[in-house]
Amino acid sequence: MQSLHITAARAGESCSADKEQNPDLTLQKIPKPQLKQVGALERSRRHAYAVAAVLGLQMCLPRLTAQEAPVAFVGAQVITITGETFDHGVLIVDKGKIVAVGSAEKMTIPDGAKRRNVSGKIIMPGLVDTHSHVGGGAAGDRSSPVQPDVRVMDSIDVRDPSFQKAQAGGITTANVMPGSGHLISGQTVYLKFRDGKTIEDLLIKTAEGRVAGGLKMANGTNSRRDPPFPGTRGKSAALVREQYVKAQEYRDKIERAKGDPDKMPARDLGLEILVEALNGQRVVHHHTHRHDDVLTVLRLQKEFGFRLVLHHVSDAWKVVDEIAAAKVPCSIILLDSPGGKIEALDIDWKNGAALEQSGVLTGFHTDDPITDSRLFLRSAAFAVRAGMSRKGALYGLTMAGAVMLDLKERIGSLEAGKDADFILLSGDPLSVYTHVLETWVDGVKVFDREEPKDRLWAVGGVGAGYPRDLDLCCFGKEE
Amino acid sequence: MKRFVSDFPWVMLLIFAFSRALSAQVAVIGETVYTMAGEPVRNGVVLLRNGKIESIGAADTVTIPSDYRVLRAKVVTPGLIDAHTTVGLSGILNQPHDQEQIDKGAPMQPELRAIDSYNSRDPLVEWVRNFGVTTLHTGHAPGALIAGQTMIIKTYPNKIDAAIVIPAAMTTATLGQGATGDKAPGTKSKAIAMLRAELIKAQEHVKKLEKTEPDKRPARDLHLEALTRVLDGKQPLLVTVHRHHDILAVLRVAAEFKLRIVLDGVADAHLVLDEIKQSGFPVILHPTMLRASGEAENLSFETASKLKQAGIPFALQSSFEPYVPKTRVILFEAGLAAANGLAAIDALTSITIDAARLLGISDRVGSIEPGKDADLALYDGDPFEYATHCTGVIISGVVVSTERH
Repeated sequence: MQSLHITAARAGESCSADKEQNPDLTLQKIPKPQLKQVGALERSRRHAYAVAAVLGLQMCLPRLTAQEAPVAFVGAQVITITGETFDHGVLIVDKGKIVAVGSAEKMTIPDGAKRRNVSGKIIMPGLVDTHSHVGGGAAGDRSSPVQPDVRVMDSIDVRDPSFQKAQAGGITTANVMPGSGHLISGQTVYLKFRDGKTIEDLLIKTAEGRVAGGLKMANGTNSRRDPPFPGTRGKSAALVREQYVKAQEYRDKIERAKGDPDKMPARDLGLEILVEALNGQRVVHHHTHRHDDVLTVLRLQKEFGFRLVLHHVSDAWKVVDEIAAAKVPCSIILLDSPGGKIEALDIDWKNGAALEQSGVLTGFHTDDPITDSRLFLRSAAFAVRAGMSRKGALYGLTMAGAVMLDLKERIGSLEAGKDADFILLSGDPLSVYTHVLETWVDGVKVFDREEPKDRLWAVGGVGAGYPRDLDLCCFGKEE
Repeated sequence: MKRFVSDFPWVMLLIFAFSRALSAQVAVIGETVYTMAGEPVRNGVVLLRNGKIESIGAADTVTIPSDYRVLRAKVVTPGLIDAHTTVGLSGILNQPHDQEQIDKGAPMQPELRAIDSYNSRDPLVEWVRNFGVTTLHTGHAPGALIAGQTMIIKTYPNKIDAAIVIPAAMTTATLGQGATGDKAPGTKSKAIAMLRAELIKAQEHVKKLEKTEPDKRPARDLHLEALTRVLDGKQPLLVTVHRHHDILAVLRVAAEFKLRIVLDGVADAHLVLDEIKQSGFPVILHPTMLRASGEAENLSFETASKLKQAGIPFALQSSFEPYVPKTRVILFEAGLAAANGLAAIDALTSITIDAARLLGISDRVGSIEPGKDADLALYDGDPFEYATHCTGVIISGVVVSTERH
């Protein structure tokens, strides 16, 4: 209980402190930001630096871009997730990629690399949020319970401060989803939380050049309402089966056409997406809470063979064997209390431990704005409180999500060759007293708690407000 | 209210009899005992007898009687106090039949009492209790210009009369969004005008009551009687307000009617610290993790620390949650304040003795001192740490939980 302590020197109050710690970083070494990342903020910042340089003022360190020289972060505890944890480690990044990770004693830092002493800090991979609503996007409307043709990416505002807050929480990649008010509410999009001007700046492209994303589905009460929406669970499942049967027939027609344009069926934007799901090219992200609804999803998955991630899974602890047998991963949420809706009465922090112990791939999500992206680490910590292993919880924040989003080759762990997405922490990732100090995406620092503007996103205050209204669940008001 | 006052000693007797019947004598040994009355005691022993704290001292100075049940913990604190919540009224199901926290039938209904709608067996009462919360200041939620009266109650026992601490504590008002709508008040100015008019009505009611001729006295009026208690300061007006200019509007009305105000929520507090300080009114600050949206968009994790620095008396609250999570837990809110500039000991103070003082119940709860209610929370580490567990809860000497939560 000694640790009911006054928190260590609070970050962000002095720019000069950072300079002292990092004497190698001087104004002369400020590289030019990539052009596409030069927003108004960046321009004014560069302008300010130029003025400051002329006047010889002491300046805060600017955002770095990673393109000019390798940067070596030396001395932190480096949690790689998939490999060793180095208590006195080194992480070297160059041109947006991780070049090397290892122990400080054994690693040679290449000539020309900028060296940053980060002793006493912790470095881990950028967090992967498998279910978020940042950016205020919405997909399907009230016209139909089934709208796979609708893309959430067409309505996301990349200037929404929820992105900055997520960066402040150490999140570097997220599956941004439409809501749960439909059986099939639309296409999700996997985003890198770069500082972008357009949604394109944040997109991830698959090897085939497709925009990376999944398909959002839901069952239970959120997607039930007046016709044409389903009124019961049985009807919900029947409507979904009907759609996937149609998609199977559509796929068969295309196959039978063997490329002959005259035999091809007319394009159907919705069925095309369902065919991607049937073919395993697009993962189904399925909102579900109650134990019987979970089993319904598993039944549909078995019938149609789509690749599946279960989301929320409030009753997971009741049907953990069935989930494990189906080899379906779970993205869970941890809430400060149960209830708020009947389906979530039995939600339990022990879901993490129960799933982990049954061998289910388990990740976490914020469901932002349901939980605050700035406190994403907290979700994993509460899973540990209820029995999940630390290792499993940290994996769940990073690599598990990478696997669920088909991005395991690129993100989720600190390994040479992977994207330079990582966070610098003031202490134990699972401690309430720990702050995210820096967030890096593709070798670019996108959040720095020492910078006043970034600090505003991290702690709040005037100017950090959400411009959008809180849309907690579906669309419109729930009856 | 008269009846309540006259019944109160009986209620107290009932509590005493009840706790005496159920509570064995208990000794709690803590590696660190945060008494909230002086320095923490290392290797402390708290003796509990007949529902009250008998003594607190270092282990080497205390002899534990052989018939006492002994509990051990790394950390012992006073039972936590949630300075403002709607738990017990806003039920876990979030269905119309278990949502008792607001009646929208009229914009001003000070006659509604929390005691008439509190469900002591709602699972959320047990939920917060399991993390060490032993006392709730609960009642009608923000969302009407005057929503009703709050009460102060222990989270155990489940029989409301035995658990009650103060049956009618404060009258709740809301200024700003949420209290305005299609019907009057439709604007904030209208809300203030309506509030002033109603207080003037209550002033006139008081004057008529003072008339000597019985036939000139007005008939009883529950609505105006409740406002009378606001006017004479017997029940502070708890005003939920977030925007800086609305905070100042509240202070203006308070000055006009010489009201006792408790500022509640107050997301913009950091913008008007001087004015709040000058008013002398205490603050029950929004949950640290309240969503920064709508009128609370300017809230900051660091406001608690700024109130502390400014010397403004404050306590933390779990507030009202309309959806998921259905309630917040005051322990976690204080923990996040402790991670954002507020010294951890001050964070603990804000959910124990300072909350008790603000609510006017510090003679009974809020610290570990002989003669106070035997309300304790036990933890297996720093109570604010995410992975620490609450390992025991004692209320009026009754060990209500020894599970790990």
